[in-house]
Amino acid sequence: MCLAIPGKVVDTFDQHGMRMAKVQFGGITREACLEYVPDTKVGEYVLVHVGFAISKVDEEEAQRTYQLLEEMDQLTELLAPVVDEHGSRENER
Amino acid sequence: MKYLDEYRDGRVARKIVDEIRRVQTKPWVIMEVCGGQTHSIVKNGIDYLLPQGVELVHGPGCPVCVTPLEMIDKAHAIARRPDVIFCSFGDMLRVPGSEGDLFTIKSEGGDVRVVYSPLDCLKIARANPEKKVVFFAIGFETTAPANAMLAWRALQEGVKNISLLVSHVLVPPALEAILASPQNRVQGFLGPGHVCAVMGYEEYEPISARFRVPIVITGFEPLDILQGTLMTIRQLETERAEVENEYSRILDRAGNRTAQKLVSEVFEVGDRKWRGIGMIPQSGYRLREEFREHDAEKLFDVARIDTREPEICISGEILRGIKKPKDCPAFGTLCNPQHPLGATMVSAEGACAAYYAYGRHLQRDEVDVPVHSLGGAA
Repeated sequence: MCLAIPGKVVDTFDQHGMRMAKVQFGGITREACLEYVPDTKVGEYVLVHVGFAISKVDEEEAQRTYQLLEEMDQLTELLAPVVDEHGSRENER
Repeated sequence: MKYLDEYRDGRVARKIVDEIRRVQTKPWVIMEVCGGQTHSIVKNGIDYLLPQGVELVHGPGCPVCVTPLEMIDKAHAIARRPDVIFCSFGDMLRVPGSEGDLFTIKSEGGDVRVVYSPLDCLKIARANPEKKVVFFAIGFETTAPANAMLAWRALQEGVKNISLLVSHVLVPPALEAILASPQNRVQGFLGPGHVCAVMGYEEYEPISARFRVPIVITGFEPLDILQGTLMTIRQLETERAEVENEYSRILDRAGNRTAQKLVSEVFEVGDRKWRGIGMIPQSGYRLREEFREHDAEKLFDVARIDTREPEICISGEILRGIKKPKDCPAFGTLCNPQHPLGATMVSAEGACAAYYAYGRHLQRDEVDVPVHSLGGAA
């Protein structure tokens, strides 16, 4: 669970004063906190670990790493339920 | 698929393996630290690609594995309370405690929730003010910035009904404990890439110098691991002991300073028990005193939990590189991923679970060694 997953930043926004992003991982889009990589812009790729961007990566690296993680079955954290602002779960599995 | 092929290209892999054969004159024991690396090595048969004299042993870098049994029992005691919503990363749900796992507690009516990000707990806590929301904050340095942010925001925003059950561990003190042991066999390390993406690798330099041991910070892709192994062997063969960075496309010596700053504001270093290994001084994080109202161990009465591990389990020796999974009489029989007896079998990133998943409990000629995925190197 210590591996970070690369994804593409498709939107940035503020949430309770925190800099956040929508990040696309293959076919899945999840929110990630950008507080630790604050200069990230839409269109850039970041390594995301448990909902936090920890570093930027280039597109080539991102695509290759994502495919390898997929093969290693290391993407299950992306399937955790989405919790909305009301604290309820949208895709409980 | 172009990028993928480049990084597992059989020709490149063979070139690196040939170079390892060329420079290696003595037998060497090298430990990969990160559970993701262990998984990648076993899945891709990298240990079978290396020459006989190069032995990879598998370190303590799976955070799920090294979370002590009593901490899991504490989590379960808290999760069973009717006034608690217990939140955890998915990996911890099927780790058995002394009685059942978090799935069992959930099926018996406990409110146990898998979260993607620690920040999800803030939303759950705001939406459920009558409940105590407890987050199982486990992990190595990679996860610490995320968990630290939860404690920080809870304190800043005055979200009183959030607490963290902290079982955070640190890589460098574990390496020191392994090297200081009289039984130690490890002569070089493949350092953990994503841990160092957060922490940088400055703190590994004194360890490398003191124990005269090469540490090569390495990624988890097959070619990264082969390249990191080659760099380690080059150092060993020329009697160098330095910290080198194989993973420079991701990280530098400094790491992520912004993340390190918040982590040090929320956590302080303290003694920590590791499953299978025991107490390692100054090897983990605990919440600083300012966060005591968000510290689950202070809020819930869980101090007097006693546990016993099965005596047959040799996970402690496996985690320190002294033994391999196949040295264990219980491996693949009494102990398997459905009924794990100890640390290295409880998570897919543990050495025993990885060996089991890829058929290493069978004879070598029965195993479909996936070197074909590396371009058929033979």
